[in-house]
Amino acid sequence: MARTISVEVVYRGIFQKTLAKNICRGIVLAARKEGKIGIAFGRYGDSPERNGIPAKNFAIVAPDEETLQLSMAQYEPAESDITIAVDDTLCKGVESWAWYGLQPINEKIREGGTLVVTSTLPAGEIVKFCHTKAHPYRLAVIPGIPSFSGLWVYKDDHTDVRILGALPKVCPDLVSLDAMLAAIKDEWKSDLKVTSARRSYEQTTTRTVGPGEGNPEVPYKFDLPGWTRMREGVTIEGMKLGEPIQFGGQVGGYRPQRNPYFKKYTTRTMRPVIDFDKCIKCTLCWLQCPDSCFDVMPDQTYDLNAEACCGCGVCEAVCPVDGCITMVNESAFTDNKSQWEMWKTNKDAYRQWVAEKIGCRPERSHGFRYKGQYEEQVASMGAASGGGQGGGE
Amino acid sequence: MDAETATAVTVAAAEQEALISGSEAVAVASRLADVDVITAYPIRPYDTMMQYVAKQIANGEQDAEYIVAESEHSQFEIAKHASAVGARALCGSSGVGWCYAFEAIAVTPALRLPLLAMVGNRALDDPGAFGTEHNDALAARDLGWMHVWVDTAQEALDVTLIAYRVAEDRRVFLPCAISTDGAFLTHSQALVKIPPRAWVDEFLPRYDRGDLRFHPDNPITIAPQVNEDWLMEIRRQTDQAMRNARGVLEEAYRDFRRIFNRDYGNPFFEEYYTDDAEIVLVGMGTLSMPVKVVIRKLRAEGQRVGFVRVRWFRPFDYERLGGLLSRFQAVGVVDRDFSMGSPYNSGVLANEIRATLYGQPKQPPVVSFITGLGGREVTIPNVREMFEHTRKAAETGASPRDTLWIGVRA
Repeated sequence: MARTISVEVVYRGIFQKTLAKNICRGIVLAARKEGKIGIAFGRYGDSPERNGIPAKNFAIVAPDEETLQLSMAQYEPAESDITIAVDDTLCKGVESWAWYGLQPINEKIREGGTLVVTSTLPAGEIVKFCHTKAHPYRLAVIPGIPSFSGLWVYKDDHTDVRILGALPKVCPDLVSLDAMLAAIKDEWKSDLKVTSARRSYEQTTTRTVGPGEGNPEVPYKFDLPGWTRMREGVTIEGMKLGEPIQFGGQVGGYRPQRNPYFKKYTTRTMRPVIDFDKCIKCTLCWLQCPDSCFDVMPDQTYDLNAEACCGCGVCEAVCPVDGCITMVNESAFTDNKSQWEMWKTNKDAYRQWVAEKIGCRPERSHGFRYKGQYEEQVASMGAASGGGQGGGE
Repeated sequence: MDAETATAVTVAAAEQEALISGSEAVAVASRLADVDVITAYPIRPYDTMMQYVAKQIANGEQDAEYIVAESEHSQFEIAKHASAVGARALCGSSGVGWCYAFEAIAVTPALRLPLLAMVGNRALDDPGAFGTEHNDALAARDLGWMHVWVDTAQEALDVTLIAYRVAEDRRVFLPCAISTDGAFLTHSQALVKIPPRAWVDEFLPRYDRGDLRFHPDNPITIAPQVNEDWLMEIRRQTDQAMRNARGVLEEAYRDFRRIFNRDYGNPFFEEYYTDDAEIVLVGMGTLSMPVKVVIRKLRAEGQRVGFVRVRWFRPFDYERLGGLLSRFQAVGVVDRDFSMGSPYNSGVLANEIRATLYGQPKQPPVVSFITGLGGREVTIPNVREMFEHTRKAAETGASPRDTLWIGVRA
C-alpha cells in the first residue's frame, strides 16, 4: 500500500460512541503492525453524548508521516474508502450537530469504496435506504442487530472486532488479516475476540451497488451565506406561526412551523405507528411530544410529522388507548409520508399497513443480551442471510 | 422648527458650568443622553460614576432603570440584554471587576450590542491597588469593543455622548469602553461645561435596533450554537462594523462641533505642538498633563518637542497616525501598561505604534517607555527623562533594543 486510506464510522450518539472509537483505534493499531501510520478522531462539532443523534469517527492510515499530514488538522476527510454504519437505520442519512442538512450515508464513499453495515436486513433492502450515487460502490453487510450501549457502559458483544475482522476482506489495501488479528489480541487480550474477528472475515461478502441504485430523494441541504448576506448580531429569524391544514375539501386543525435547518429524523431508530381508528382525541401525544411533532388534523386527531420525530417514544408511553400508538423499528419504513392521509385515503389499506408494520417489525432490542445469542442469531438468519443478498459475490 | 421653538432652543442653549469629576461627567452625560438602563456593581474607582447616577435618580433629575447587580458578570449581562431589547444601556467597572465580567464582555461585540461601559482604569489586584494602569481595559482590546481614552472630565462627558452616537449607528452597533484614569479623572473634580438637553437631543438620535431588536413583535433567536462553518463570517461582520466606525466617528465629531461648538480636531488623536516638532512623545490618558507642561518648558528652552495623545485606541487611526509620526526624527511611546514578554518587552501602545510605522516609507526610531504603573505619578523629571532618551535616539538614528522603565526604583 502506498496510498492514504480513510475510514468513516457513522454511529449513534451515546449508544455507540465507544463502539465507533474502538473500531477506529483498532484500525490504526492494526496498520501500525505493518509499519504504517495513522490517526483516529471524532468529528469535532458532533454531539456524541446526545441521544441517538448521528455522529462520526474517522481512522486514517497512511504509508508515512508526511503523507499523513495531508489528512491532518481536518474535521473530515473529503472522501472515504470505507464508510461503516453501525446501525442500519443510519443508511437513511446523517443529520449531525456539526453541519446543516442531510448527508447521504454514502456521500463520502469514493468510486469502488465500500459501505459496511451491521444489519439483519438483506442487502437489497439496505440499498433502498441509501441515496443514489453517480458512481458504483460496494456494500458489505455484517449480520447482526445494531450494538447499542448506554452512556456509562460498553456492551462488549464483539461488534467492534466483527467489523474490524471484515475490513481486511473489503479493503485488503488497508491492512492484512494477520495484522488485524494481532492488533485485536494486543488491544483486548482475548482469544474469543480474535475468533469473532476471523469468523467475520470469513463470512463477510460484498455486492456492488450500481450508479443510480437506491433512494432517489434529493437530500435537503442549505447554502451557507457569505458574511455580507448573513443577518447581523448572531441572530436568526424566529419561527412564524403555523397554519391550518388543507386536505381534499377539508380545512382545519393546525400545523406549527418547524426548524427547517435541523429536522432531526435521522436521530430516530423507531417511529410511532398510529391506529387512527382507536384514537380518542385525548391530546396527550400532541401535548407531551417534546419536539412538537404532532399536527392537529382537521378531524381533531393527531398525525405524526415524521420529519420532526426523533423517535423518543413518549407518545406511545402517554397514549391511554391500548395499541393506538406503537413504536416500530425505523428500518420498516422507506419514507416520511403522512399516516393520516393514508388512513383518510383508504382505511382498509391503512389498517392492513398498520398490522403489517406492527406485526413484522417489533420494537427494537438493542444488542445481545446473553452469551451465545449472536451465534443463535446468525444461525437463525440462515445461509442466505449470512452475507450479501441480491447479487452477492 | 418654527420660530417660537427656535427661540426656545436658543434660550435653553446656554451651557452650565459644574465642578464634577470625570466619573460624574459620564453620569451627567448618561442623564443628558436619557439612558434607559444603568447597571452597577461597586468597585473603586468606577463606583464614583454609579454613585452619581444614583444621586441624580434620587434627586428626580434622571429617569432610568437603575439595577445594582450581585456581581460585575451579571451587571454586564443585564446591560447586554437591555441593549438587545432596544434600551440605551450603560455599565462600567474597574480593574479585576472588569475582568470578572469578561465572559459577557467577550461576546458583546459579536452580538452587536451598542452599550457603553466606563472603565475607571485601575491596576489588576493582587496586590490590592487602586491606582491607574491601562491593562484592565486593554485586556479587551482585540474583541471588537471600541476603546477611547480621555484626559479631562469635559472630554469624558463629550465622548460619552459621541460614543452613544457612534455605537448605536446601524453601520456600527458595537460596544464602547470609555477609559478614565483612576484617581486623576475619577476622583478629581474640575470645571465642566454641561450642555443643554436640546443640543444633545439634536445630536443623538433614538437608539433604533431595527430588525435586530429582541421583541415579541420581531421574533428572533440570538446566539444559537454555530460551528466552524459560520463563526468566521460572524467575525468578519464584526470586523466590518469596526472598520465602519472610523467614518461614523468622523461624522459624529463633525456634528458635535457644529452643535456644541467644541472642536476636538482629529477625533482619533490629539496633537500638541507637533507642527514643527523634531521629536514627540505618544501616550494615552492623563499623562498628557505633565507631558504638556514639560513641552512648554522645553520649547521655552528652544527644543522643538511635541506630544500626540491617542484618544481612540479602537478603531485605531493607523493611516493618519503613521503618516504623522513618520515625519519626526524620533518617537517616544509612553505606556501606562505592560505586555510582559512582548517584542522589546514594551507596553501595548508601543508595539501598536511600531506596527503603525512599519507601513510608512520613513520610519523614525521608536523608544518605548513604561511608567506610571499602579497609579504612580508621572512627574516632570520623568517626562524630561523620556524626552532626553527620545532626543538621543533622534541623534543616533537608532532605537534602543529594549524598553525603558521610567520612575521605577532599582
